[in-house]
Amino acid sequence: MNFLYAAYTATWIIHITYLGTLVRRYQRLSREIEELKKK
Amino acid sequence: MKMKRVFPILALLTAVLLSFALYEALVAAPTEQTMGNVQRIFYYHVPSAWTAFLLFFINFVCSIQYLVRPNPVADKLTNWTVLAIGIAACIAAFVIRPLPEGIEPSSVATTGLAITGLYFLIKKCFSQPRTDALAVVTAEVGVVFCTIVLVTGPLWARPVWGIWWTWDVRLTSTLVLWLIYISYLMLRRFSTSGQTPVLAAALAVFGALDVPLVYFSIWIFRTQHPQPVIGGGGSIDPRMLHVLLINWLAFLCFAALVCWSRYRLEILQREVEETQALEALLEPRSSP
Repeated sequence: MNFLYAAYTATWIIHITYLGTLVRRYQRLSREIEELKKK
Repeated sequence: MKMKRVFPILALLTAVLLSFALYEALVAAPTEQTMGNVQRIFYYHVPSAWTAFLLFFINFVCSIQYLVRPNPVADKLTNWTVLAIGIAACIAAFVIRPLPEGIEPSSVATTGLAITGLYFLIKKCFSQPRTDALAVVTAEVGVVFCTIVLVTGPLWARPVWGIWWTWDVRLTSTLVLWLIYISYLMLRRFSTSGQTPVLAAALAVFGALDVPLVYFSIWIFRTQHPQPVIGGGGSIDPRMLHVLLINWLAFLCFAALVCWSRYRLEILQREVEETQALEALLEPRSSP
């Protein structure tokens, strides 16, 4: 059972980590857009 | 604006579908007699692999289009070749007898038509620069799914085989596939050359050749990896197949949503980079 839970948990950790990187990239891009608008 | 309203609804539906698929995998699916509960890893491992293969295939199609579309002759030639693949698959499905063991005529015809349909759908919906953006997106999301395959595989193998890893053809070719697309993403990330999209597209075309090797390795070679559950002489309990397909559908919906978000991010990023480059050009130079 431990291996089963480990596999399912690992799958969602990988997906959530990737979604986290997307959110971080989007925030950085939003900051850049704001800076461009100020110029 | 319309997309902004549709996205949360689709995200909610996907979340419901993923939850239902998880319940089906952990509770509703019958327990396999010899392996026990650890067999349920299969409901995440196999759909992740199929989703990764599909994404790498879209990356392959986009890369080909990025390379051939600027050249009208090559573009026309590719169009005719893709059409010929679709027609040949349909003819082969109903003419060639006997087909190799485990291959159904309908699956040959469907695969051929799906390849042709997908090629022309991408061509109709995406301009040449946008195919490059879609290629990056599908490679990145494909790598995420392929990583899951490489992580969940050993977690299944340890209790069943007694080892985490073995260098058999299926496992090794999957690792090579993952490494090819990691190098593709590193090329995209770190190369500053103007030729990067062309080089990456060429790498992707060759990299995609590994996908059929991974998929058919268990049909062609004698491997430690289990035999195919669909086709290839394999069999599966209909209830297990039902759960497997529900999980694949859930992962496909999830992958489509992630690709959609990542694609919008990629387009926005390119627009910002273009604006920044234009600004840098227009900025007055300081006199020496």
